[in-house]
Amino acid sequence: MASTSKDVPTVVIQDNPPDDLEPGACYDSILNPTDSFEEFASEMSSSLQERNISLATKNSTISEIQSEIIGESSAQMKATKSSDDLQTKDESISASTSHSNLVEQNGDETDNDKDDYLQSPELVNKEKHVFILSSAGKPIYSRYGNEDKLAGLCGVIQALVSVVEEQNQDILRSITTKDCKAVFLVKGPLILVAVSKSNESETQLVLQLTYAFNQIVSVLTLTQLNRIFEQRRNYDLRRLLSGAERLIDHLLIFMEKDPAFLLGAVRCLPLPEKARENITNAIQTTCNKIRDLVFAIMLAGNQLITLVRMKKYTLHPSDIHLLFNLVRSSESFKTAESWTPICLPKFDSTGFLHGHVSYISEDCQACLLLLTVQRDAFFPLSQAKHTIAEKLRRSNCLVAINDALNRNEELPTTNPLKHIGIPEIRHFMYKCKSTAQLFTSDPISLDKLQDYRMRHKVGGDIMVKKAERLSDIDYVRNYRRFCSSIHCTSTPAKLIFRSNSSDTVLAWVTNGFELYVTFDPLMEKDQAIKAVDRLLKWIKKEEQRIFIMHAPTF
Amino acid sequence: MFSKHISPTIGASFFTCNINLDNARVKLQVWDTAGQERFRSMAPMYYRNANAALLVFDITNFNSFVAIKGWVKELQSNVPEAMVLSVVGNKSDLEELRAVQASEAAQFAESIGAHYCETSALHDQQGIDEVFLNTAAALLKLSSSNLVSSLRSYDSADVDNDKIPTGSPTEEDATHTGKVELPAWSIDSIAHGDVQKNMCC
Repeated sequence: MASTSKDVPTVVIQDNPPDDLEPGACYDSILNPTDSFEEFASEMSSSLQERNISLATKNSTISEIQSEIIGESSAQMKATKSSDDLQTKDESISASTSHSNLVEQNGDETDNDKDDYLQSPELVNKEKHVFILSSAGKPIYSRYGNEDKLAGLCGVIQALVSVVEEQNQDILRSITTKDCKAVFLVKGPLILVAVSKSNESETQLVLQLTYAFNQIVSVLTLTQLNRIFEQRRNYDLRRLLSGAERLIDHLLIFMEKDPAFLLGAVRCLPLPEKARENITNAIQTTCNKIRDLVFAIMLAGNQLITLVRMKKYTLHPSDIHLLFNLVRSSESFKTAESWTPICLPKFDSTGFLHGHVSYISEDCQACLLLLTVQRDAFFPLSQAKHTIAEKLRRSNCLVAINDALNRNEELPTTNPLKHIGIPEIRHFMYKCKSTAQLFTSDPISLDKLQDYRMRHKVGGDIMVKKAERLSDIDYVRNYRRFCSSIHCTSTPAKLIFRSNSSDTVLAWVTNGFELYVTFDPLMEKDQAIKAVDRLLKWIKKEEQRIFIMHAPTF
Repeated sequence: MFSKHISPTIGASFFTCNINLDNARVKLQVWDTAGQERFRSMAPMYYRNANAALLVFDITNFNSFVAIKGWVKELQSNVPEAMVLSVVGNKSDLEELRAVQASEAAQFAESIGAHYCETSALHDQQGIDEVFLNTAAALLKLSSSNLVSSLRSYDSADVDNDKIPTGSPTEEDATHTGKVELPAWSIDSIAHGDVQKNMCC
């Protein structure tokens, strides 16, 4: 893009020539390339019949890997069944109904009390509610309040959904009132509902509900979820999810503030190219003899450090987001090595991978996940982890990770806006589509996330806030509308330039990337284009640092 | 150590601790298994090769004490070799909320040949050291009786940590017995020990 050109629209819409890859792009990606709203597109295009079929027909990637390993080694190794659900026998489901302290709480409340409860401060005036219930109308999760007291509301939701399905042979997707949207998503045996007064579009809300569903699948597997409800339609799923509500709570907050979800991309921890290479090498050389290891993932502060994978298999960003969420929400991983079943819905929703999860060391908050198809592989993986940690310490990689996490002032990526030197740019976010990776000018720092969480814990109430200086979270909230115009299915826009008294926003999508920039309010169009040009050059220059440009395998 | 912010165990967590006793060093490999029902069927994987089990209940919650009895039955019917059992009443700092009498718990422990003690993670890990010391001592005794083939002791000649084989969870299919729910509120909630002994001169 020649910044001297006067014909702004043509210059902008022109995509990059193939030999000149857009910043962050490389030929081989560790992640599945994503279009930001693909999930939504598949969700919305489906008819009632398709919906029922799509959930039933899934091949198991895990069995595929297991049979390959066995095929190779021909002997000894006894594979565990891919769908070795945590709860494999029917009787355990029925036998345990009498227990559970959840059942008792409902007490002898009258309908009147329940109506009053809907007016209670726990529920009123929230920006966004999320309810999850079974298709029989049993409450499973409510973001606020006590879902036990919401049986009445859940009954109404279930009735609305089923009336539209049965009488009209149609799907209830949303209800819009003056200041509020209610979005419905039926997935397998569950009904998920978001009731929102935020500026998120229907599309974005459906995406969030899909994530919440995937979070449940990640804990139980889709096979087990379906089977439970086939056996007992009115099963109380909270018993199996106990302890996992926390994961959904955190996920909902995470989605509201991190643009990674909005764009279907993964944020990487900016690291010197050499350091990342060393880390990847340490993992590769240590693990290349462990045959049933599928993914080795190192992450820190919701950012990916490296991902080494089994040949042929890549991960979907949404699976990585669930792993980020799991690590972020589980303090207990910090105290000891853990061994836990994890289902990655996009990778294989029918079975569990088994994960060795541990922090690299007490002085480095990077977390290493080693995911395998063998359920008894803990000890070899534990050994591997210690070897990797030792190698990283010796090659000074822990220092590099800590510098990046503590946002050492000397790093160009710590304060990119200052480093780029265009004072009119207040904030930007850039997604490289082919590698599904994201970079923003102001990485959401952990402290800020803490503040945000505190605010939400206290209320999640709608607040009229006049901030003197916008935080990164506010910028992201502001981008939501641009994001939905750009991804609007009927009339998608390629470039949006909007100026008002508070700021100027440029949103631009090409075949290779998506870019959202916030400028000062009085920014002229050609000035903005020049600034964007410089910005892209900077990203290109720093791409080895801010993105993962290799796709290593074992 | 007690922390208000600690989250429940996910799956199972693993740690080792070395305990020096008289003239022996005992290495405990401890699995702390999650209490939630969905992780229930993973438990056999961890206790199948175990030499010791800490059965931890919450003294303020009678149901958690009842659950212990279920676990004991499960261990007795699924673990072929002799095991060191300890019954641990946790949250001893909450005396005013006590729902399980110490005498009752001690009596039950005696009936299954287990040691009983009470702990609190709140005040200086009260009683916790004792639990592990007792377990280590009992294991030492067990290993000298030659009743248990999976419990290994080593002479000082091969005191080389790398050579000591590590235990591993088995891949046997999970079995389901009665439903048990254990309070998972601190790192010591339930631990299955996998123990090796290292004799020193």
